[in-house]
Amino acid sequence: MQKALVSIAVAASLGLGATAANAAILDDVKAKGYVQCGVTGGVPGFSAPDSNNVWTGIEVDFCRAMAAAIFNDAEAVRYTSLTSQERFTALSAGEIDVLSRTTTWTMSRDTQLGISFVGTMFYDGQGFMVREADGIASALDLSGAAVCIESGTTTELNAADYFAANGMDFNTVVFVDQDEVVKAYEDGRCDVYTTDSSALAAERSKFANPAEHIILPEIISKEPLGPVVRAGDSQWFNLARWTYFALLEAEELGVTSANVDEMLGSDNPAIKRLLGVEGDFGTPLGVTKDWAYQIIKTVGNYAETYERNVGPSTPIGLERGLNALWRDGGIQYAPPIR
Amino acid sequence: MTDIGYVRSDLVDARPAPNRTSGPIAWARKNLFANPTDTLLTALGVLFLLWILPPLFGWTIFNAVGPNGTVEECRMENAGACWAYISSEMEFFIYGFYDIPEQWRPNIVFALGALLLTPLLIPKAPFKRTNAVLFFLVYPIVSYFLLAGGVFGLRYIPTEKWGGLLVTLIISVIGITLSFPIGIMLALGRQSSLPIIKTVCVCFIELIRSVPLITILFMASIMLPLFMPQGTTVDKFLRAIVGVTLFTSAYMAEVVRGGLQAIPRGQYEAAAALGLGYWQRMGFIILPQALKHVIPGIVNSAIALFKDTSLVYIVGMKDLLEAVKTKNDTALEWQSANTATTGYLFAAMVFWVFCFGMSRYSIYMENRLNTGYKR
Repeated sequence: MQKALVSIAVAASLGLGATAANAAILDDVKAKGYVQCGVTGGVPGFSAPDSNNVWTGIEVDFCRAMAAAIFNDAEAVRYTSLTSQERFTALSAGEIDVLSRTTTWTMSRDTQLGISFVGTMFYDGQGFMVREADGIASALDLSGAAVCIESGTTTELNAADYFAANGMDFNTVVFVDQDEVVKAYEDGRCDVYTTDSSALAAERSKFANPAEHIILPEIISKEPLGPVVRAGDSQWFNLARWTYFALLEAEELGVTSANVDEMLGSDNPAIKRLLGVEGDFGTPLGVTKDWAYQIIKTVGNYAETYERNVGPSTPIGLERGLNALWRDGGIQYAPPIR
Repeated sequence: MTDIGYVRSDLVDARPAPNRTSGPIAWARKNLFANPTDTLLTALGVLFLLWILPPLFGWTIFNAVGPNGTVEECRMENAGACWAYISSEMEFFIYGFYDIPEQWRPNIVFALGALLLTPLLIPKAPFKRTNAVLFFLVYPIVSYFLLAGGVFGLRYIPTEKWGGLLVTLIISVIGITLSFPIGIMLALGRQSSLPIIKTVCVCFIELIRSVPLITILFMASIMLPLFMPQGTTVDKFLRAIVGVTLFTSAYMAEVVRGGLQAIPRGQYEAAAALGLGYWQRMGFIILPQALKHVIPGIVNSAIALFKDTSLVYIVGMKDLLEAVKTKNDTALEWQSANTATTGYLFAAMVFWVFCFGMSRYSIYMENRLNTGYKR
């Protein structure tokens, strides 16, 4: 009986603690032959079923990139649809290997939940949508505007802060439900609709005539969304992190899924290192030396996955903005591979 | 004799009743316009129907975009229900993420299920025993291997990929078939004179009945993993099935207990006087009478279970309703003012068909078994 109690206690503490004592996640993943990836229940552009009922999205592509790096096969991924309440438990209990589910990177989550944020796949933040006919080009022109907001959200507080900080006055038109807010904006009861910019874009795509509405360039809050892994396994953490960096590095060096085979013969030493032609950066990560080649070949670089899932040519239609590379005016920046 | 001018030798045919007492007019007078209050209510009813029916039919049928329509038609100003969206996304609503080339497997499972269940439900159909063994023992195993695969060269399809109506039906069929015997056992246990059995059954029933199903599922999905060693995971689908089954068993148990208590004590004593053992008494005398009384309650629990399956979204499973919701949110190519409403209407209709079917079957069974008390 006592033995049973002890084993239950040990089991519980293991589950709760998610500690370094565990076997390496990478070995487990290799043994089972797939990456278990925690995704949303369906957020367009991030993780959602496409018309063939296959998971797609920028966050799904991250999991596929990890699978490509490990197995040379981007399809070696299984998806677990998670609610926002159960996502961290599922991760620390080992039900999933990586959580890629519109999760905002905050200090308390990073330091208190036994999890580690890998990086920021997508810099989201609160934005404003206005009618194109109103001729507004910047949020600073919004003084005196009527703003449609969902009540009781940080959105409301952020907007109040922003208008106060810029010495502008505004009228709020407050609703309890997101759908009501959108309807009110559509019916012209207010000039501006504000919420997270990716949600703005998704809502806009549902309008009868999306082109009549523009999303202003200003972003007034920080919502860095990124993949998360269990804390304590540095090898797995590094693999996840460098998968993300490899996507960025590939874009920076101009390596795409289309030209990656030509690039193998490139004289640029940075490209040679990225693709494993020169040096071996894969083995320390626990994968093969052509890991980044496999990622780019099957998933593409960051720009490709962005354009394919949330970029201007998709119904979501989000400009790169903050998510552009550092040299293009954004803040996506990968340390050098060397 | 001859002074009688005329004697009719055959009977006069009965004449139809006067219009005032029979026929549609009389019916209308009796049922619709019997007195001023009735007349007023009838008028109000007709006005209500005139108010509600034209827009309803207009939206769902006349202005609706048919199954072969396009999204542009759905987006038009006065378009009604967008049935084209339903037909386009039907695969997701029925199978979820189940790989499209492999969807013949769930189809076989559906067909086999219908083939085995139908004769089981028809009282006159022969070979009941074989049929029952096939349905309750062979069919689940065959279905599992067909759906999950991994054997006989079938591709392995993890349960995360199962979804839609498939999940709704699997959970409810397993839930209903298992919760019924478990419920009977619990009800008998609750009446047992053995204190341990009685206490266990009472505790189980009272514990499960005093928490909402959503809590049980939540516990199963969030707390359970914390108690287990890292890496050991119980399939989410299995967790949902166990949660739903336990929950319904507790309710079934109380329904059956109601039936047991309706049986007069004399029946128990008479059964014992015949020298029957406990299981024989229960199996031959008590339960057949008790269960007959509580058919409505049992079907009630079954219908409740069927509808409660939509709560498994809590553990991230995509049942029919959640599949519809997911597509409403994510199928951007189908966005229009009517898309989401049409999706929900479709889900409601599917639920209605199944629940109404169960309810009609239960009425049929009641009438068939209600030999002693027919009123």
